[in-house]
Amino acid sequence: MTTSNSWKQVGTNVRKVDGMALATGGSLFVNDLLDPEYLFGAILTSPHAHARILSIDTSEAEALDGVHAVIHYGNVKRVPHTTAGQGYPEPSPYDTYMFDSKVRYVGDRVAAVAADSEDIAREALKLIKVDYEVLEPVFDAVEALKDGAPIIHDEEDARVIIPVFYDKTRNMAAKVETSVGDPDKGFEEADAVVEDVFETHYGHHCPIEPHVTYTKLDPGGRLIITTSTQVPFHVRRIVSQVCEIPVRKIRVIKPRIGGGFGGKQEILLEDVCSKLTLVTGMPVLLNYNREEEFVSSRTRHPSRCYTKLGVKKDGTITAIRLHVVLNTGAYGSHALTVGSNAGSKVLPMYPCENIDFKMEAAYTNLPVGGAYRGYGATQAVFGMEVLIDAAAKEIGMDPIEFRQKNHIVSGQGSPIFKALGEGTEGVEMTIGSCGLEQCIELGSKAIEWGEKAPPSSPSRKRGKGCAILMQGSSIPHVDMGAATLKLNEDGSFNLLMGATDLGTGSDTVLSQIAAEEIGVDVEMIIPLSSDTDITPFDVGAYASSTTYLSGMAVKKTAALIKHQILEAAAEMLGSSVTSLTIENGNIRGGNTDLTISDVALHTLYSENQHQIIASASHITEKSPPPFAAHFVELEVDEDTGMIDVQHYVAAVDCGTTIHPKLAEGQTEGALANGLSYALTEQYIFNEKGKMLNPSFGHYKIFASSDMPKVTTIMVPTYEATGPYGAKSVSEISINGALPAIANAIYDAIGIRITSGPFSPDKILKAIRDKA
Amino acid sequence: MIQITVNVNGEDFDVDVMPELTLLDLLRELGFHSVKKGCGEGDCGACGVILDGIYCKSCLVLAMQADGRSVLTVESMGNVDEPHPLQKAFVDEGAVQCGYCIPSMLLAADALLSENEDPTDDEIKEALDGNLCRCTGYVKQINAVKKAAKVLREEENDNE
Repeated sequence: MTTSNSWKQVGTNVRKVDGMALATGGSLFVNDLLDPEYLFGAILTSPHAHARILSIDTSEAEALDGVHAVIHYGNVKRVPHTTAGQGYPEPSPYDTYMFDSKVRYVGDRVAAVAADSEDIAREALKLIKVDYEVLEPVFDAVEALKDGAPIIHDEEDARVIIPVFYDKTRNMAAKVETSVGDPDKGFEEADAVVEDVFETHYGHHCPIEPHVTYTKLDPGGRLIITTSTQVPFHVRRIVSQVCEIPVRKIRVIKPRIGGGFGGKQEILLEDVCSKLTLVTGMPVLLNYNREEEFVSSRTRHPSRCYTKLGVKKDGTITAIRLHVVLNTGAYGSHALTVGSNAGSKVLPMYPCENIDFKMEAAYTNLPVGGAYRGYGATQAVFGMEVLIDAAAKEIGMDPIEFRQKNHIVSGQGSPIFKALGEGTEGVEMTIGSCGLEQCIELGSKAIEWGEKAPPSSPSRKRGKGCAILMQGSSIPHVDMGAATLKLNEDGSFNLLMGATDLGTGSDTVLSQIAAEEIGVDVEMIIPLSSDTDITPFDVGAYASSTTYLSGMAVKKTAALIKHQILEAAAEMLGSSVTSLTIENGNIRGGNTDLTISDVALHTLYSENQHQIIASASHITEKSPPPFAAHFVELEVDEDTGMIDVQHYVAAVDCGTTIHPKLAEGQTEGALANGLSYALTEQYIFNEKGKMLNPSFGHYKIFASSDMPKVTTIMVPTYEATGPYGAKSVSEISINGALPAIANAIYDAIGIRITSGPFSPDKILKAIRDKA
Repeated sequence: MIQITVNVNGEDFDVDVMPELTLLDLLRELGFHSVKKGCGEGDCGACGVILDGIYCKSCLVLAMQADGRSVLTVESMGNVDEPHPLQKAFVDEGAVQCGYCIPSMLLAADALLSENEDPTDDEIKEALDGNLCRCTGYVKQINAVKKAAKVLREEENDNE
């Protein structure tokens, strides 16, 4: 192990490699990379929550001048698949079709058009005549699981492709149960039992760049897909599957991406856009507008979490029960794995002998759940951390002291790690690095825990709350990342990675790792991420995996190419490889002034000519959790119900921060999203399942003036299995706001709010109900 | 079609436009890709430009309303080799993650600093309030504007 003292690239705030190109307005995104001539695609969506299409008449649309193609279930082959961009075989059910003769939510796909202009395409959509038989819908997940509920997937061909529970005849997209010890006995032994039902609501990722895909055929007839995706290699595989063309005929290019947050871990536009290009032979641009983005892309699975804790007076937790009912909407994308993560990213926090976990994911006729930063942990940790506070209160212990007494520490394991995998069994794991103790200590200090300033006005009450969090880093034994490094004459290196930078800065972080390992400045690394024709494979940017998993692939690759360089240098110098090393681009050891560039020139042009190039892959054996302690100070206005968050503290242990500012940025971005979700974001549906507020004007995400004072504390630890000690950082901090704010509201006004968002009307009603 | 002349970043463009064409779409058609579309409804602020000296959202302006007027986009501020202090501060402070909202936010920040050379945190928050960013939580951007303001003040002092 090298130590942080000797690192020259890792742990420094090098300039983000794509930062200046972005800040100067470069043409870097899908929409900036179009040919002079192309067609516009548009998608007709269902006005009904649940209906059968009896007939579809596209003749008028096809006759409209400028329309090149209209595709729908009648002229596109039916291929059951999942839109979830997951590894193969996918744990999500094959319950989706490019087009079907049934629609299952308002916003479901009915048909698509390619035309000379966007206006013509939208006009053509209006000319498509669809005769629907409207069916009874079901909107509530618990109702959907009851006998007699309308069956949403009554088609024969929906199925799962791995041996997991699936019962479409009962609207059950996924189910997982696991139990440790004797939970009933554990609750009997408790001095106090606290329980409640917690509800988390729909939420959208809201990347500022909506989903967009551009497809065309190259002169040789290969399909080129340029797309805003987190999962380029899964896009290639799933488009191949759905459009029935071989993988070798497809190239997927990921340019810069305008944010994803999980929403772009999904094959949503790529299949339709590809089909339109295959049918017309012409380039096609297909994007969601903001309304379509809200309604027809993916969302955070809403949940109902039946949560129960048993505690003894001395603070011992005797039993934990967590039953999660997920609403997966019309399709089961990520249902099993989000549901499993609700357990696996929450329950291990408090080692306990008796645990009972159950998760059921229900189909409903509402928008579709999917991957979203936090991925199940967001849902389940809300109730868990609120009940931890409630249990502490029951036994008269300070909630922080209660957490300190019970939280997992380095060297401890949890049976949950093995019990709950992602469609398969999990992996047994003990915690390596854990900076939770210090996170709690530093965070408490920053929020001045235990001290209470007077409220700013008589109508206001002041409160403080906290929550502790864990996530994971990659999916062990499932995810794989790979990289290639190639040496150029000037001593620079092309770093070709499957890893997908979606705005997170991973190109920079991974370049730092390569530079550190080889012994060059980061400027000598030229990163290229995610072009399926050029870069090696990587599962993509999800499951908090890029730094930890792809970072190790890069580190291994860098070690290999360094060895090749030293071998060549040793040959040139007539010395041994072991006597040489590389520092700042120079070969060191013995009397030499050789540089990497000299070695490159020699091997490319002079003797024993060959390209110095290396590749390596990495899979992970474990998924080390990052840890965090979040604290909030707020005021509740009892006249208006407004929550005024005044200070938010996030103390995070993500192992080594490869790039401190980017790690802080991930934390601040995630906590801002969490705050916004907890306080203002919500889907409002009418009685027919139509979302009524699909715009930023009516779905409020935080802007700069909504932000409270934020204190970000990075607590360094060293995770031995990660690159230079790093773990993940991107997801964890979205999870803290719901429970920390709920706990602070209780501290302020003595009311436990059990459902999000904490909107003024809800708070006011709770205050009045109490009075 | 209506014939208009729009000056973008100092160069005149004579173009024929449909009456309903927005300034946002015109600028993108002319190749000014820094002007982004995030909603088309005036909510997200990714399409901001400076129109006759005033920062505005180009999706809410018709192209023909820009006839005879001057538009500045982020391309006018600086380039990779010679970035504006705001661009440099944004990159160096970690304010650029995905970067989709950044060109417009830089223009909003530039408009602020042209009127207020030493803004407070609250004044910066207010000036950037129309520019939604989902990546950063705005913390680094506020730092970056303050840093750039300081650099610009020092440059001005040096020039005096």
